[in-house]
Amino acid sequence: MSASSAAAPARAGGRAPSRAALLRSLSPLVALAISLAIGALFILAIGENPLEVYALMLRESLGTGYGIGQTLFKATPLVFTGLAVALGFRAGLFNIGAEGQLYLGGLAAGLAGLTLTAWPAPLALPLAIAAAAAAGALWGAIPGVLKARFGSHEVINTIMLNFVAFALASYLGRPHFEPATVRTAELGGAVRLARLEALLPSLHGSPANLSLALALAVAVGAGVLLFRTRLGFELRAVGLNASAAACGGVAVGRSQALALAISGAIAGLGGVNYVLGYKHYFELGFSAGAGFLGIAVALIGRNHPLGVVAAALFFGALSYGGLVINQRVPKELVEVLQGIVILLAISAQQVLERIARRMA
Amino acid sequence: MPVPAVALRGITRRFGPVLANDDVSLELAPGEIHALVGENGAGKTTLMRVLYGMIQPDAGTIEVDGRPARIQHPADAMRLGLGMVHQHFMLVDPLTVAENVTLGYEPRRPLGGFDRARAELEVNAIANSYHLPVEPRARVDTLPVGAQQRVEILKALRRGARVLILDEPTAVLTPQEVDELFGVLRALRDQGATIVLITHKLAEVKALAHRVTVMRAGRVVGGGTVESLSVERIAELMVGHPVASTLTRGDRAPGEPALEARDLWVRDERGLDAVRGVSFAVRAGEIVGVAGVEGNGQRELVECLAGLRPAARGEVRIGGRRPPRSGARAHLEAGLAHIPSDRLKQGLVPEMTLAENLVLGLHHERALGPGPFLAPGRLEARARRLLAEFDVRPAEPGARASQLSGGNQQKLIAARELSRGARAVIAAHPTRGVDLGAVAFLHARLLAERDAGRAVLLLSSELSEILALSDRILVLFEGRIAHQTTPRETDERALGLSMTGRSAAGAA
Amino acid sequence: MELLLFLAASLRISVPYALSAVGAAFSERGGVVNIALEGIMLHGALAYTLVAFWTGDPWLGLGAAVLAGVLTSGLHALVTVGIKADQITSGLGINLLAAGLTRFVLIQVFHSSSNSPRVVGLPEWSLFGLARLPAIGPTLGAPLVLIAIALTLAAQWVVFRSVFGLRLRSTGERPEAAASLGLSVPLYRTLGVLLSGALAGLAGAWLASEQHSFTDGMTGGRGYIAIAAMIVGKWSPLGAAAACLLFGAAEALQIGLQGSGFPSEPLQTLPYLVTMLALAGFIGRAVPPRAVGVPYDPERS
Repeated sequence: MSASSAAAPARAGGRAPSRAALLRSLSPLVALAISLAIGALFILAIGENPLEVYALMLRESLGTGYGIGQTLFKATPLVFTGLAVALGFRAGLFNIGAEGQLYLGGLAAGLAGLTLTAWPAPLALPLAIAAAAAAGALWGAIPGVLKARFGSHEVINTIMLNFVAFALASYLGRPHFEPATVRTAELGGAVRLARLEALLPSLHGSPANLSLALALAVAVGAGVLLFRTRLGFELRAVGLNASAAACGGVAVGRSQALALAISGAIAGLGGVNYVLGYKHYFELGFSAGAGFLGIAVALIGRNHPLGVVAAALFFGALSYGGLVINQRVPKELVEVLQGIVILLAISAQQVLERIARRMA
Repeated sequence: MPVPAVALRGITRRFGPVLANDDVSLELAPGEIHALVGENGAGKTTLMRVLYGMIQPDAGTIEVDGRPARIQHPADAMRLGLGMVHQHFMLVDPLTVAENVTLGYEPRRPLGGFDRARAELEVNAIANSYHLPVEPRARVDTLPVGAQQRVEILKALRRGARVLILDEPTAVLTPQEVDELFGVLRALRDQGATIVLITHKLAEVKALAHRVTVMRAGRVVGGGTVESLSVERIAELMVGHPVASTLTRGDRAPGEPALEARDLWVRDERGLDAVRGVSFAVRAGEIVGVAGVEGNGQRELVECLAGLRPAARGEVRIGGRRPPRSGARAHLEAGLAHIPSDRLKQGLVPEMTLAENLVLGLHHERALGPGPFLAPGRLEARARRLLAEFDVRPAEPGARASQLSGGNQQKLIAARELSRGARAVIAAHPTRGVDLGAVAFLHARLLAERDAGRAVLLLSSELSEILALSDRILVLFEGRIAHQTTPRETDERALGLSMTGRSAAGAA
Repeated sequence: MELLLFLAASLRISVPYALSAVGAAFSERGGVVNIALEGIMLHGALAYTLVAFWTGDPWLGLGAAVLAGVLTSGLHALVTVGIKADQITSGLGINLLAAGLTRFVLIQVFHSSSNSPRVVGLPEWSLFGLARLPAIGPTLGAPLVLIAIALTLAAQWVVFRSVFGLRLRSTGERPEAAASLGLSVPLYRTLGVLLSGALAGLAGAWLASEQHSFTDGMTGGRGYIAIAAMIVGKWSPLGAAAACLLFGAAEALQIGLQGSGFPSEPLQTLPYLVTMLALAGFIGRAVPPRAVGVPYDPERS
């Protein structure tokens, strides 16, 4: 700590900080632009025209009703996991466990769905969804409690719990699997979420379903929680300065445990999209990295619910776009781009931050 | 005058909007002890960090032994014979003394092995030749503060430092350790070393230094030989105007006890007893000052009173009652306000807005919104009122706390804590490192709180502050109340002496 | 005999874990969390496969794997030490990148998204006739087993007995102290990360050589287990390798029990649960280097 913190009441005018803030908020866009440019190099390297390939991706993922439906479907779990990671970040916690939480959420929804198939839909569906949230919350609460009680770092614990979740799901799911498969029987209509095409016929054929509405509702809820409630105020204070929050009477450990439980619940709800909204069964390995990608979504969305929704749509379009171009460019290009986006997002943030500081 | 050992000319360094050094020039004569004094934030440390190559100046030049020097890195400084003992020691805790002293310039064995035996021998040899006793094999985190400081000095000496810079070296030392340190520094000077002593304690300047340079707000505002300047004159240069106390207080008989400690025992992080059987009561309408050398249990005492740290034994009473639950929230709700000692780490959430900072700890109040919600409009209205009342600038509820100057940040915290309608106020270092306008404002506010019938517990490392504000004074030494007095019965010298723990009987 | 066979299997299984975990100790002792080990290992395995495929020389493949590891960890060092961005996020980004990139290359070169053709493995060494020992012989004859053992011992010496190790540890504990003595914190941190990359690259080479091919996602979370082992081993190379042997034994037991009707999941989760217990302080207190995970920015200190 040098003289910079104390001393000199002189302060540059109010404009400099806001310009710096503008610069900071640009970092996701800068990262996306550079990533697409690097992707173009890959496309060039295998002898294709990047402009054509990108145009094709754009046309197919956002230019048709079916494409939009596919993009929305791919974006749905990312909204959940992005919100889960963002909420953790806001409370100063790095939840790498969204993958396992989503996975167990899907398992819980699937197993609950099997049990509730004969129940009336207005009862069965909310219960199956609640089961997903509860499983995720439990899986998030474990590292939360470990952190509050023993101070052990949530990053390692959430990574470990991802692997435990994979093993646990196969152990708990196996008795319910169809013979010679790694999936459960199909769930009855009572626990299925309706496809969006029932409301919007132009999305015809796409698997987008009512989970999206749930995702958007959760996004609004997360925004209200973080920025309009006493609890959210505490979580943000803990995330930004835990000792100051403690001085203000906030029970830091309990807040962190609670934040991870809420984060886990949101991620767990993400399992609903596939299990209740699309395939109507639980299948081993269905999560396919949606939890990890949630980290990228949260970073690009700058941990704000609105930003998260926007970023999830972008990554959703990218995922589906990758499938469309697979004939010309391996769809793995999209995975490469996702990795690069993450690296560039954190790098751009640092670099622009430093420039902003120099400007201030 | 001989060629200066070090000459700094026209050093200017800016940190964002803050001009930490503004065209500063300073010459050090070979073999002198030179005191660099000024209030917190005057730019002393920045200047020395520039000299030591830890930060680069925006303008200005440095000469060492009359030759221009480019110091871009501490390695350059060390090569030129400069050594620095930082206020916060630069020691690697889990390493031994020998490893710390030789780090970066280690005796080697074949294949790049570290020659531990030789390192220990070398450290022993230097330690003996300068009379700085240390145990080379001890892990530094097991050593007392005074010994850690000796390790820091040894580090510089082993690199062949001829110019030694010490940044606030006595802040964390017991008086005995201070005496030992001064003995060491005099011996080093006699062997030809040049020493810069950064301090704001003027008694130390008088006791040790040949010459003094005074800085204020990033500039050199005066200096000369120590004989030619009185302590009063130096103090005047430091603060920029004649130092006079114009504090007024109402004549008021204290009321009921509002904050009590009863046989309080508190442990520190390492599980050692930091507070050992402290009992006192602060009554409504009085200010009780707590004096003591840093590290004698003040921090643990405050944290326990504020509910941030459990009591190992004994109890805390607020408003005559034990708080119904443990934890900071229960203490606050029982009628306590707490101005913490470190405003950026504990007092504020720098990245939150002023409006948000003003409700931290009050965010459960019903008036701020319905049910679980906080209404932004009510936060803002509250902020507008308090920012005006406490003269916080800029008075924009949406500004971030990090954008404020230190004085305004401190006023922001005071605004929050003094507006919560508490019976008792703990003010820990309420004016540390803030500008003088804010100091005057905060002092007046604390006295007004007293006159309004609140109990105030004041902790400060500035004895003048304790003497000016307190009705009664407790001296904390090694976790116990070693002495109790009043400003009328004591002065800075006597108080300083009683902080050593040995004069409780002799003084008074 | 049974026991010897079991030990040999455990040892063999733990080689890639141990190489990566010892590497992780270098990185973390210098102050950088390297969750990118998974991706680095994957790159190492692919580099071995490609070069062994093209040249037919397994030793060139080994060299390529090390190089790929160093380059990939160089990216991690650039982002975390150079640009000072978050270490965990960078590691995750690299892992995602590597998963996609290896499959991308697999498709471009071998026209398959799942596996490469068969490539040559590393030959057997018969130092001191070790390879002719009963039961355990083939394992001790594998070059990378011996190399892993030697590297573990060497790493232990380097971290705790060498000048480099002393400096590395100081940048992981108290970087500003190291800097105040004229040491370059970025240099030592970068070297720590690159060493971990080289070792994880070797681990990847071993996986591909053992299997005589590259398959998609063949590291299967080993990089994360390596980090876990390093934590259980309390940030020391020897301890990390010992934890890897334990995890390797659990895996060997799990393979041995296959088809016996005993569920594999409890053993499968053992490394993770042990790590969580260690972190919570139930298996002695594991104290990480104090500045690990914190970017060093002199402008902000």
